[in-house]
Amino acid sequence: MKKVLIAALVGVTAVALSGCGIGKDPLTTDGGGSAEGAIVIGSADFPESQLIATIYAEALRANGIDVTEKLNIGSRELYVPALRDGSIDLIPEYSGALLQYLDSKTTATASAEVSAEIDAKLPKGLVALEPSPAEDKDVLAVKQETAEKYSLETVEDLVQYADELTLGGPPEWKTRENGVAGLKTKYGLTFREFLALDAGGPLTLNALLSGQIQVADVFSTDPAMRSENLVALEDTKHLFLAENITPIINELKARDDVRSVLAGVSAALTTEDLIEMNQRVADLDDMSDIAQDWLQKNSLVP
Amino acid sequence: MINYLLDGSHWTGPDGIPTLLVQHLMYTFAALAVAAVIAIPLGLYIGHTGRGSVVVAGLANSLRALPTIGLLILLVLIIAPSFPNKLAYLIPSLIVLVLLAIPPILTNTYAGVRAVDQAAVDAARGMGFRSMRILTEVEIPCALPLMLSGIRSAVLQIVSTATVAAYISLGGLGRLLIDGKAQSDYGQMAAGAVLVSLIALVFDLGIGALTARVVSPGITRRDRKKKSEKPAATEQRTAVPEPAPI
Repeated sequence: MKKVLIAALVGVTAVALSGCGIGKDPLTTDGGGSAEGAIVIGSADFPESQLIATIYAEALRANGIDVTEKLNIGSRELYVPALRDGSIDLIPEYSGALLQYLDSKTTATASAEVSAEIDAKLPKGLVALEPSPAEDKDVLAVKQETAEKYSLETVEDLVQYADELTLGGPPEWKTRENGVAGLKTKYGLTFREFLALDAGGPLTLNALLSGQIQVADVFSTDPAMRSENLVALEDTKHLFLAENITPIINELKARDDVRSVLAGVSAALTTEDLIEMNQRVADLDDMSDIAQDWLQKNSLVP
Repeated sequence: MINYLLDGSHWTGPDGIPTLLVQHLMYTFAALAVAAVIAIPLGLYIGHTGRGSVVVAGLANSLRALPTIGLLILLVLIIAPSFPNKLAYLIPSLIVLVLLAIPPILTNTYAGVRAVDQAAVDAARGMGFRSMRILTEVEIPCALPLMLSGIRSAVLQIVSTATVAAYISLGGLGRLLIDGKAQSDYGQMAAGAVLVSLIALVFDLGIGALTARVVSPGITRRDRKKKSEKPAATEQRTAVPEPAPI
């Protein structure tokens, strides 16, 4: 059974890969992987990644650096090989997810640890630039009223009330170390019940706001954090993997001027900024307008 | 998959197979009961009177086209704010299952009643039967094979679709499918799929056996084979006279 499934998966992946023609370098417009020419910026296939890639592009362009955008590529399994073969030169990444892709057995969770391991494990020819304090990671969130009622600020504060509270999260949390299992071993938290919903999606949010659950796993840059006044509980024991936004770039293109522009972007970007900008993306504002507004606010463009 | 089923720890606790199985059966029976209470009387009324068949048949058939998961999530998002507990998930699950089960029961019931030989109905009326007695003593027994086959397909649909309840945090065998997928535990998924198929099979055979028991032998003509030596007698017994031209 398992073998058949794996074989089927491999087959499907092979078809998907050949369908996208990654092997043939369809994304390369110039030489690719050379120090000459424009920097090709890629992104994953979801809005936040596209937004950050757009910010990188606008910031570099405003500083007189030639860039080409190749956004919306797909998942990590597609764009990391594209980075390696020079089809793209630069992509915004999430540090924890990238590290797990590079080394699925890693135990690092705190920001500094994760970034250090990425530096050590990135394939030859790729470098991680300055990570941003902005993170899109799993957080336990509660409603404002719940936070006030139990005076909650950190995940640890939940310990004495956990048996009155129901936790909601994606089904894989049930057994995952970065989920229910880890909450128990690392924090000693046993909730009254765990409801398997979705990964920070509409079901989880709806359940949190309507009261089926009191504590929810949501993404730290979810616009609902602000629009619904949710309180993110601080993960003092670093159970959840750090997900700092980190530019990953082809070494050949990492000139000093590029490095300094991207370092400026990373330093200025915060999780709150991302919440605000994701809200505008959800409202269907134009990505380059959002990027321009943010860059101007932070004086990153002349 | 075999390993999953043989592991003793998977047979106990709130996520154990017996608990999930019982939950699954509860969803199935609850949905079937509600669907039957709605669809059978409505189907009998339409079949008996011939009124509203176009409208109701059209509605019932369009119900079949509803995408279950989409409807389920929509209902949860609408209903959840009014029920700050698990009812917020139970009610939508039952609604989608009931909506799925109504069309086969309803259409088969009224089609079964409509298909009853008019001569038999006329004969009953000639014997002085009132409308209700014609329905219960002539039309329903004659329509029973079709009605039961409608219930049979409804049950099969409910059993297999009740797995969506797990999508919105409830139990049932869908848990094995959803959790197995989320945890990349294909053995667990396969175990869930096999168990669902097994229940479906048991129900199918059960209703098949029930049909054989409750349907009058005169309708199924099962006795024909047994009495094959005397075909003439059988012919006579089941033959229905041509209705007199009006």
